[in-house]
Amino acid sequence: MDLKLDHHTKDGIEIVDVEGEIDVYTAPRLRELLIELVNSRFYQLVVNMEKVEFLDSTGLGVLVGGLKRVRAHDGSLDLVCTQERILKIFRITGLTKVFGIHDTVDDAIAARRAEK
Amino acid sequence: MATVELSFTALPAHVRTARLVATAVARRSGVDESLLDEVRLAVGEACSRAVEGHQLFCPAEPVRLALTDLAGRFQVEVTDTCSPDARWRGGAGGPVGTGITGSVPAGLGIAVIESLADDVQINETSAGTSIRMSWPSAGATS
Repeated sequence: MDLKLDHHTKDGIEIVDVEGEIDVYTAPRLRELLIELVNSRFYQLVVNMEKVEFLDSTGLGVLVGGLKRVRAHDGSLDLVCTQERILKIFRITGLTKVFGIHDTVDDAIAARRAEK
Repeated sequence: MATVELSFTALPAHVRTARLVATAVARRSGVDESLLDEVRLAVGEACSRAVEGHQLFCPAEPVRLALTDLAGRFQVEVTDTCSPDARWRGGAGGPVGTGITGSVPAGLGIAVIESLADDVQINETSAGTSIRMSWPSAGATS
């Protein structure tokens, strides 16, 4: 399936819900959304990837790009993902050490709050 | 001769089609279900890399994908026709900050492929680059 993107604010953190496939074709749309959010001064982001069916290195590049952008404003970009096939590419590339990866959106928010 | 050959215009939208075809042929060739996600991801990485290279250097040329059911192995070969001057080892893109999405470290796509397939051969010639990779298979199902 194609990529569906949505976002909403919860407890002061912007939650980005991603559904479908993030690849070389669809990743630019996610990148544009992350840029738009940062330009709108949302610097605390959680990307919910529980409904992501496919992720490749292009998608990883977009997430890393988003992380760089929010960190430039002392912000954060955490991920929600429990799917083994998606987690695998984060492990292969060593990005599990770069992103906070949580089981639920509430866990991600709680972890962010605990760090403040 | 390959079991299935696919030649497609170097557009990102076609990479998904290539992944779907490769996964379907892999399943038909008897690749274990537990490996199909790896096939899908590795083929996607190789095709993304080829498409980005073609878009930058030879957009009119098609990307070629060959899927072959060998004895006990399912082999995939993705071939680009980027000129030697354009040769790179992009990770679904070229150097950092270039390509369709940017922010992808050079070589990340290749690194992912090498970690997914247990047999990867990258052959760079004056005609372009081919990435050949394979997985164990049980042979074609009837």
